[in-house]
Amino acid sequence: MKLPLLAAAVGLTLAGPAAAQDKLLNVSYDVARELFEVLNPAFAEHWQEETGRTITIDMSHGGSSKQARAILEGLPADVVTFNQETDIDVLAEGGLLPEDWRDAFPNGASPFYSLPAFLVREGNPKNIDDWDDLAREDVAPVFPNPKTSGNARYTYLAAYAYALAQNDGDEAAAQDFVRKIFAGVPVFDTGGRAATQTFAERGIGDVLVTFEAETGQIAEQYSAEGFERVTPSMSLFAAFPVAVVAENAEDNGTTDVAQAYLDWLYTPEAQRILAERDYRVTDEAVAAEFADAQAPVELVTVDEVFDGWDAVTENHLASGGILDQVFVNR
Amino acid sequence: MSAQPLIAPGATPHHGRPARTGGARLLVALAVVLTLLVVVAPLTYIFVRAFSEGWQVYAANIMDPDTLHAIWLTSLIAVIVVPLNIGFGIAAAWAIAKHRFPGRGVLVTMIEIPFSISPIIAGICYLLLYGRQGLLGPWLREMDLQVVFALPGIVLVTMFVTAPFVAREVLPLMQAQGTDQEQAAVTLGASGWQVFRRVTLPNIKWALLYGAVLCTARAVGEFGGVSVVSGSVRGQTNTLPLHVELLFNDLNTVGAFAAASTLTLIALVALALKTALESRRG
Repeated sequence: MKLPLLAAAVGLTLAGPAAAQDKLLNVSYDVARELFEVLNPAFAEHWQEETGRTITIDMSHGGSSKQARAILEGLPADVVTFNQETDIDVLAEGGLLPEDWRDAFPNGASPFYSLPAFLVREGNPKNIDDWDDLAREDVAPVFPNPKTSGNARYTYLAAYAYALAQNDGDEAAAQDFVRKIFAGVPVFDTGGRAATQTFAERGIGDVLVTFEAETGQIAEQYSAEGFERVTPSMSLFAAFPVAVVAENAEDNGTTDVAQAYLDWLYTPEAQRILAERDYRVTDEAVAAEFADAQAPVELVTVDEVFDGWDAVTENHLASGGILDQVFVNR
Repeated sequence: MSAQPLIAPGATPHHGRPARTGGARLLVALAVVLTLLVVVAPLTYIFVRAFSEGWQVYAANIMDPDTLHAIWLTSLIAVIVVPLNIGFGIAAAWAIAKHRFPGRGVLVTMIEIPFSISPIIAGICYLLLYGRQGLLGPWLREMDLQVVFALPGIVLVTMFVTAPFVAREVLPLMQAQGTDQEQAAVTLGASGWQVFRRVTLPNIKWALLYGAVLCTARAVGEFGGVSVVSGSVRGQTNTLPLHVELLFNDLNTVGAFAAASTLTLIALVALALKTALESRRG
């Protein structure tokens, strides 16, 4: 009677770990490492409780366009967590996931979001609290080159959307407004990281414009400088879209766990981790808990104001488009 | 070499050293300042920043599993690539120096190609060839072989980039030495392997080592090409140079400099070896 039991036990220990081990590759944008270093162990614990299985989540971080390119060429990502919707569209065009990926998860498949916001010097000496102040002649804003940086593209579009709202949709007035902001920028770095260094380490400029989620991190990293966070009255919804890379997940047999991983990002537990790191979250209860730290802001979307990313690319970002007119000929 | 040209007409040497003109002093000072600014200061700064928060933080950064894996992966790549390139370098140099065959000139040029092509182009070429949408992509998928975004791809790109080092060092020496000694050995009844081991190899020993050191330094430091085919999966395909960049982008400056310090150490060791080998070669 005992022998079969023993044999079964030995068999379980030998076969057990291999069978109960899941593996996911999450390909993500470049500054998300710290975030997923906290999220992944929390999900692993949740997964263990739920299914009794252990999971290893491998991460790859890089510029999200480069990451999309790599996945198209065979980087075996099971899920993507990006900061640009267009980069998931690229994967859809490549046939790796369905065109309607936005409907696969709530809130347009964006479990968390952010918005362009401001970081000013200690005591806010120039009294900067909204986009108007950035267009003032005595204010030098700092943000990267919108031709090369996705982050700065959001800044440009947010300022443009604000000006449209202020001027009853008058495009000429909006262009004039963003031209004024561009004219005050002392140096256009190629990326967000370099712009942060220009502002924080070289001491150039009066206000750094970047995602709200980053302003908190930067203020913390340079806590000696006493930088202060400022939320404008209105800004642009910046999605952090997620998707299961259906074809890879099918090949790797990870469809279920990939789905569960992204679903879990919408749970209060994950949303709290996100909100603690200055991301805005979709869970209303969690959002209410963090209401003090996250100032109310009127958010508009690219779809509402600009008719979607395709139209933005065509009208604003294309060579000779509105961005070129206001940026190059500033 | 004599310092004669530096002495201005009519100047008297004192203390046994050549007197220097103002212009010469200026040039020396300029060289010193440039070296300080371009080489010494940045290198020193790497270590200053790496240790800026103390030994413990430095050690913790190095002992981070992702950093350790990056160090291991980079070493593994060097261990694979350098011997392969030594083999290739000797074979190519041997063929070119000791034999006459059609296409010899083309081979000489081919060896030089990686020197003149930017590594990122090499990376993109491998991606376009072995990638999912690449020429061999569908076949590799069928065979369930992962080349790019895995070790084989990184090794291939690193091999391409470092291919010329050994061949370029060994070739001139082989050409200068000609084939007389080998022919003599053959006349005395030596087998092919004996000729290689007893005659050819001792003659090129130092040049070979020198080339291998250069090859190692380059393989360890390669960034651009590897960046294209790596996928930068931490703990999987992230090499040390890529890891330095990622840590830097993560705002983990101390971690980035700590990882950079290990790379710098490898480079400095390679440099010391190279200098030692140069003096042996005379």
